[in-house]
Amino acid sequence: MNIGVLSLQGAFIEHRNILEALHVNSIEIRNKSDLSKNIDGMILPGGESTAIGKLLMDFDMLDSIKNFIEEGMPVFGTCAGMILLAKNIENSSVKHFATMDISVVRNAYGRQLGSFQAISAFGDFDKTPMTFIRAPYIRSVESNVKILSTVNGNIVAAQQNNQLVTAFHPELTDNTVVHEYFLNMIKGRC
Amino acid sequence: MENERYRLNKELAQMLKGGVIMDVTTPEQAKIAEAAGACAVMALERIPADIRAAGGVSRMSDPKMIRGIQQAVSIPVMAKVRIGHFVEAQILEALEIDYIDESEVLSPADDVYHIDKTKFKVPFVCGAKDLGEALRRINEGASMIRTKGEPGTGDIVQAVRHMRKINAEIRRVQSLLEDELFDAAKNLEVPYDLLKFVHENGKLPVVNFAAGGIATPADAALMMQLGAEGVFVGSGIFKSGNPEKRAAAIVKAVTNFNDAKLLAELSEDLGEAMIGINEGEIELLMAERGK
Repeated sequence: MNIGVLSLQGAFIEHRNILEALHVNSIEIRNKSDLSKNIDGMILPGGESTAIGKLLMDFDMLDSIKNFIEEGMPVFGTCAGMILLAKNIENSSVKHFATMDISVVRNAYGRQLGSFQAISAFGDFDKTPMTFIRAPYIRSVESNVKILSTVNGNIVAAQQNNQLVTAFHPELTDNTVVHEYFLNMIKGRC
Repeated sequence: MENERYRLNKELAQMLKGGVIMDVTTPEQAKIAEAAGACAVMALERIPADIRAAGGVSRMSDPKMIRGIQQAVSIPVMAKVRIGHFVEAQILEALEIDYIDESEVLSPADDVYHIDKTKFKVPFVCGAKDLGEALRRINEGASMIRTKGEPGTGDIVQAVRHMRKINAEIRRVQSLLEDELFDAAKNLEVPYDLLKFVHENGKLPVVNFAAGGIATPADAALMMQLGAEGVFVGSGIFKSGNPEKRAAAIVKAVTNFNDAKLLAELSEDLGEAMIGINEGEIELLMAERGK
């Protein structure tokens, strides 16, 4: 299995390290030519969604990746990656891939002083450690979206067919549950 | 020291990696920076080139001006305090700033002590010329490090020197035997535990950016190839002929810093770069402030 990790800006190395710990091969996706490489799924990391969104446009990668997602390629977005996938971003007029039927709020907990850690259930796994850095959350989802986690009443993880999103950063912990869930999606098990 | 808040603050720096943090003096400039793909902005009244030209004592910026920039953009907003001026830091914390730069660009308020950054909830970035300075600042609670390249000069030579020196010292520490670390910690004037981390991991325990003198996409890519995890650009953007274009080009250069063909395209037709001052022509070496 080979996972492409979008590596335009942000915490992409952390995702690659987790995949390595799970003995899964990964490659960095930095420009359009990297998109012709053979990958089984893609991770959209945390970072600044405005910066990553701008670079996706500048490097002419937005439409190609959007097509991959619409054709069924499994994709996993964390934090900024979740914002890229959302069909609606509440406090912004800009949209990016807009492939997932969720409405998100950017910087939903305020500035850095609002960043926090939590331990909560993710799907069938209880006590999953979650790190929220200037994080967004999901305000609402369409009926075709499965909610996988809520923290303090806000939706923080969800799945819609081949798309998985978390508002938190599983790549910043040593817990591999969420990444394993994504790998199982690729294998067609959930 | 590795408490929850400190960990979250180190992790915010991780999210900035591979990005460009731009100095801005007005909400309009902040919007230009954000639209160009900046991962954060540094709000300050005067950019370093103007501070250098004006001379005199340079202090924390007006909170009203910082608030204006916080309202103008959605990306993280940083601001500078004088070295050792913990009350300026308290004020910025009250503004809920996302990162404080305890910076040699401003006039130092204390010529012995840096701020005890462990007493704050907001994160701090500090400058370092070598491994000793970097680990001393981390020990004081800094959750991000940057080089101390000479601000406001447009001359990259010092940032290069600091990045090379820090990385060479890291490689040397890695090569030591475990029982040699005690003496190395004494000589570097740093805590043993932090030096042991460097020995075992071959890197600083926090993110390390390049800062000072970056004026072109090639400068930014040079620092990335030398091992920086991202760059600060101060005077280089808004002292140039075409800030929008130069800012966007530097952002792209940081993302694809190994792609020489792309760097050639990005370097084309950027208009006038900041004029700059050579190292030998500088009267005030800001990097010598705070050690």
